[in-house]
Amino acid sequence: MAMNIQEMILTLQNYWAGQNCIIMQAYDVEKGAGTMNPMTFLRSIGPEPWNAAYVEPSRRPGDGRYGENPNRLYQHHQFQVVMKPSPDNIQELYLKSLEAIGIDPLAHDIRFVEDNWEAPTLSAWGLGWEVWIDGMEITQFTYFQHVGGMDAHPVTAEITYGIERLASYIQDKENVFDMEWVEGVSYGDMFLQAEYEHSKYSFEIADKELLLNQFAASEKEAERAIEEKLVLPAYDHVLKCSHLFNLLDARGAISVTERTGYIARVRNLARKCGKAYYEEREKLGFPLRKQEAMNYDN
Amino acid sequence: MTTNHFLLEIGVEEMPARFVEGAVKQLKEKTETWLQEQRLSYSAVHMFSTPRRLALRVEDLADYQEDMVEEARGPAKKIALTDDGEWSKAALGFARGQQVEAQELYFKEVKGTEYVFVEKEHKGRPTSEMLQQMEAIITSLTFPKNMRWGSHELRFVRPIQWLVALYGETVIPFTITDRTAGNTSYGHRFLGNAITIHKPETYEQQLKEEYVIADASERTDLIRSQIEEIEAENNWHIPIDQELLAEVNQLVEYPTALHGSFDEAYLDIPREVLVTSMKEHQRYFPVENDEGSLLSYFITVRNGNTDHIDQVRKGNEKVLRARLADAQFFYDEDQKVSPDEAVEKLNHVIYQENLGTVGEKVMRVKTVSTRLAEYLQLDSAKVQNVKRAAHISKFDLVTLMVDEFTELQGVMGREYARMAGENTEVAEAIAEHYKPKSAGDSLPQNVEGAVISAVDKMDTIVSSFGVGMVPTGSQDPHGLRRQAAGIVQTITGHRFPLTIQQLIVLVLDEIKERSLLQREEADVLKDLEEFFTQRVRQKLLDEGIRHDIADAVLLHLGERIDVVTEKAVFIQARAEETDFKATVEALSRVTNIAKNTDSGSDIQTELFQAEEERELYEKSKTLNQQLDETLGQADVAGAYQAIQAVTPAINAYFDHVMVMAEDEQVKQNRLQQMALLSREIERFARFRNIVFSS
Repeated sequence: MAMNIQEMILTLQNYWAGQNCIIMQAYDVEKGAGTMNPMTFLRSIGPEPWNAAYVEPSRRPGDGRYGENPNRLYQHHQFQVVMKPSPDNIQELYLKSLEAIGIDPLAHDIRFVEDNWEAPTLSAWGLGWEVWIDGMEITQFTYFQHVGGMDAHPVTAEITYGIERLASYIQDKENVFDMEWVEGVSYGDMFLQAEYEHSKYSFEIADKELLLNQFAASEKEAERAIEEKLVLPAYDHVLKCSHLFNLLDARGAISVTERTGYIARVRNLARKCGKAYYEEREKLGFPLRKQEAMNYDN
Repeated sequence: MTTNHFLLEIGVEEMPARFVEGAVKQLKEKTETWLQEQRLSYSAVHMFSTPRRLALRVEDLADYQEDMVEEARGPAKKIALTDDGEWSKAALGFARGQQVEAQELYFKEVKGTEYVFVEKEHKGRPTSEMLQQMEAIITSLTFPKNMRWGSHELRFVRPIQWLVALYGETVIPFTITDRTAGNTSYGHRFLGNAITIHKPETYEQQLKEEYVIADASERTDLIRSQIEEIEAENNWHIPIDQELLAEVNQLVEYPTALHGSFDEAYLDIPREVLVTSMKEHQRYFPVENDEGSLLSYFITVRNGNTDHIDQVRKGNEKVLRARLADAQFFYDEDQKVSPDEAVEKLNHVIYQENLGTVGEKVMRVKTVSTRLAEYLQLDSAKVQNVKRAAHISKFDLVTLMVDEFTELQGVMGREYARMAGENTEVAEAIAEHYKPKSAGDSLPQNVEGAVISAVDKMDTIVSSFGVGMVPTGSQDPHGLRRQAAGIVQTITGHRFPLTIQQLIVLVLDEIKERSLLQREEADVLKDLEEFFTQRVRQKLLDEGIRHDIADAVLLHLGERIDVVTEKAVFIQARAEETDFKATVEALSRVTNIAKNTDSGSDIQTELFQAEEERELYEKSKTLNQQLDETLGQADVAGAYQAIQAVTPAINAYFDHVMVMAEDEQVKQNRLQQMALLSREIERFARFRNIVFSS
């Protein structure tokens, strides 16, 4: 009996908790990917060790299809694992996690195919793979090399499972809405309405003027917070800017000439946050290094 | 001498397939160079590679470096000996520095001076000790992209997991990051185990038992024969794309080819779309029948054995089904938008920062292409085709299909245009105008495509130069050099009676018209002149023309490239002939003496003193007319004959006339005559650039 989505998530959480990852919850600001959660983006900056795992609902307004496409979604779910410094056996740990959710590597064709990740709005890039199972991409696997405008050292390994992809594989379903979240409740039961409404809103209804004003306001507020050395509130506003930009883009409110300008504005803020985060942690004496020392004592 | 084999294996997390070949080559070259420098004799270096390992075996490697006798030179004899014939302080100091006794010093003459010498013998060190230096070779490897991992400082292609270094049965224990070389290797990620390599010669056999084929060419042969087997069983034809095979080969350690199928209904989608979906996205080999039509099957190569192969097949079929369903959706949706509606949308697609939208570029290209077609005197139907094809040349950029498969730009344009009822030449020109895409690519086949190709590329170059984006050194992010080379190939390949200069002016006028020039026009033209001269020069060199001859014929861009090429070939064919040399010498006397004189003043015939002056003057005037005539008809041989015919008069002139006369007026008049004639001669070539071997 194949796992439903809830069982899959619980299994992955337990598995990574067993690998000394702190199980976090999704962050409460809209975002396009689990990487943007401060538990990944900011925590991957600087020398402090950090191991965490969490589910991140990720919104991509431009990918909305009114719930009519079997594979594309306004919002999908990522299971995110970050470990810094990247453990030497991180690939093995990952493969064991697949076994935990019922994927026997001997019964499939599992590959690590080169795929390099880059997030221009975060001024971040890394090298790694997409993981294929019988030709389907189920995971993005990245060693961060550069984050928030700074070289990443020690290096964070990031594993991003596409929960819907993985579930469609495990449950052998062609249509995402037919998948089982828990027994008797399908993905469609839970998200079809949201897919339709958000798609309609993003493409047709959203008030461009309002969103543009919100973007400008959040941008300004982020700058102000950074000046006050309040990195986390500043970063929340950067996330808002990023989501508003995606929404405006889907709504067709951003002209071609403006597009690169908007991306540069968000990147600029993300860099400032990255730099300020490093400085604030340094002032605190990089507190999580204690944990590192403790681990070595063991 | 005792020899042993040496095995080195670098175990890594999966390397990008496209880097492996280069890494293997680099590792081999560096190792061989090092072995030779270290005087370590061996018979061969055999390379192995899989996604997870780079390895080599040095065969019959001597167990000691060869001994070496080195001669060191000291001070000159006169300094080395005192007046009494004893060793001087200088000589004794040299001996001490070389750690030898003074009696071992001897004299030897070098270029007429005697010096003190000493022979030093270097004893070869044991190989097992030398091999520790492999660490430096490994860490010096470079890759197109390098990374760090964990807390290590080293940058490498992917994290290093293990190292094997074995000389005979001796482990060479050097350390990189926190990995120390040993004799433990690892088999296939899922099917194999950790193993102890007994000795270098059992390496590939031991790995084979652990489901790893370490020899890359053996793996390739295996994949090929497995595909051929499937081909024979099913009576299919499976074309093997070498590039894809090479990539697939570096994605697997233990290949098993298998086939899957998809719904025949998808065969209605254009072939290129299906092939791209299969090859680029999934690394599958498409399957054809004997007539070359696609069949609804594909071949994939699994990294593993045949266990559970049906499940692997089913998984791959599911993925392809989703991809083809997407493609079908794009294909159906795209056809709902006409090419003209799509062109409208191009006004909202940015071309490049500072350079406006694609829509604007297309309109420029359309205007200039139409002008060029008229200039080339194409018939009116073709001119109309050019105009139409240029108008819709990039409409497919806003289709869903090209958004998903960017590599299909042009091809989808052709397909959709055809379905929308455009004529064949127009449809073809859309696909053709992107050609040539690379150095070895074919030229646009139809003339419409060739015209648009040349204009489109020239527009890209001139507009980029106009905003200061000029390639420098290795910096050419938009591939402008390649595009310029494409223009040169296209206008010569189609024998357009067109010069680069003319094409630049046509395009530049339109760009100025639209106020896109952000720099001084003269500066832009100067940069373009230099840039294109280099491209034409390169074309000549590629065709085997000598450097000096290329420089001699490359006068300016206002001359047709095919004529320039013909001149170069003409000269090169004669370069070794004696009478050619004599002609060049005569012509060079004129051009050398005139090189600092600006021609321009009128020649005063009343100042002539010798008959030879008058004679040469007449010949110059005739030459002017003859060159107008011959060069106007691209008659290279005729033009050269006309120039050559003046040489007796030149020789006679120099025999009887002194250019640098005492009378300043006479002297200036003679220099003017030389300048005038020189100008005529150099309408053909700068003969004085030609180098003669003796």
